[in-house]
Amino acid sequence: MIQSAIDLPVWAACLVAFFLLIGSGLALIGAIGFLRLPTFYERIHAPTLGTSWGVGGIVLASILYFSLSSSRLAVHEILIGIFVTVTTPVTLMLLARAALHRDRAERNGNVPERKREI
Amino acid sequence: MLPYPLLTLSLVLMWLLLNGFSFGHLLLGSFVAIFASWGMAALRPEKPRLRKWYLLPKLFWLVFVDVIRSNLAVALVILRGRPRGHTAGFLTMPLELQDRTALAILAVILTSVPGSAWLEYDASERHVLLHVLDLIDEETWVDMVKNRYEKLLMEIFE
Amino acid sequence: MSTIILFTAVSLAQFMLAGAMALAAIRMFCGPRAQDRIIGLDSLYINAMLLLVTFGIGTGRVIYFEAALVIGMLGFISTVALAKFLMRGEVIE
Repeated sequence: MIQSAIDLPVWAACLVAFFLLIGSGLALIGAIGFLRLPTFYERIHAPTLGTSWGVGGIVLASILYFSLSSSRLAVHEILIGIFVTVTTPVTLMLLARAALHRDRAERNGNVPERKREI
Repeated sequence: MLPYPLLTLSLVLMWLLLNGFSFGHLLLGSFVAIFASWGMAALRPEKPRLRKWYLLPKLFWLVFVDVIRSNLAVALVILRGRPRGHTAGFLTMPLELQDRTALAILAVILTSVPGSAWLEYDASERHVLLHVLDLIDEETWVDMVKNRYEKLLMEIFE
Repeated sequence: MSTIILFTAVSLAQFMLAGAMALAAIRMFCGPRAQDRIIGLDSLYINAMLLLVTFGIGTGRVIYFEAALVIGMLGFISTVALAKFLMRGEVIE
């Protein structure tokens, strides 16, 4: 399966495996929390686990693996990291505002009211 | 000629990262970046200005440490459940920050750090509504946001 | 030796990411309200993107990276459009 990893030293393989497992483990924990937490506003915190260090760990592992196995710097994966870091807060904020708006319109739950209508 | 030098530079860098470095790609990427920054200038004339850019690495380091710490905290909350006396809750806090770019950066930081989410900003009252997953008492959170981030962002941007 | 370590790690990571995708899909199908479904979709595509990056490590090809980037962009735009629809649709009602 992995052809180009034959000449990779063991410490490098251990490092790549470490970051890979941290990233995917955090993504899995985030998904578990996403299923377990009871209300929407608590659930909104769970995906950020996967998008902060989940993405970070896997992107780091990919950068390390491609840089070490081809012995030249391969940093284009960092674009994925930057992109996810910039876009996830935007989607979460938009969704949270949509949820606030809907909860206020239907008057359910204990959602704080807007102080003054604009 | 170059209305947004930082934007142009980062676009060229992104082009080179995607396509690999060669002289032709450097030329083509520079063309694309310059035209894109002209388009940006036509869209939005207000330009963010960095006062003390040398404080930016400190901000990055703070965010890095906080992300790791709150990742661990939120993972513990999810796996073990919340300790007794801790609840999730909404939090309204006043902000003194006014610069739009700085507010956007604060919102991105607070949302991408697990455990706190930025919900709504009221521009006329200058209040922000946050949701916090593990709320012990409100004072600590308000203090943390104000002293750690707001002061630094005000120094950088205002 | 390093091949075994990498193979195990990549397989475990793919297994965990697939589990995360399944959990997000469950939330997407039985989430009580529309915003839960949308955030489930968001989580689903981010995990799919991570799975593609791990595929790239497993096979040693760079082509998966571009697929992951495209998924990230399209997913972001679709989530923003859906959230916007959620706000505007209620206003018109």
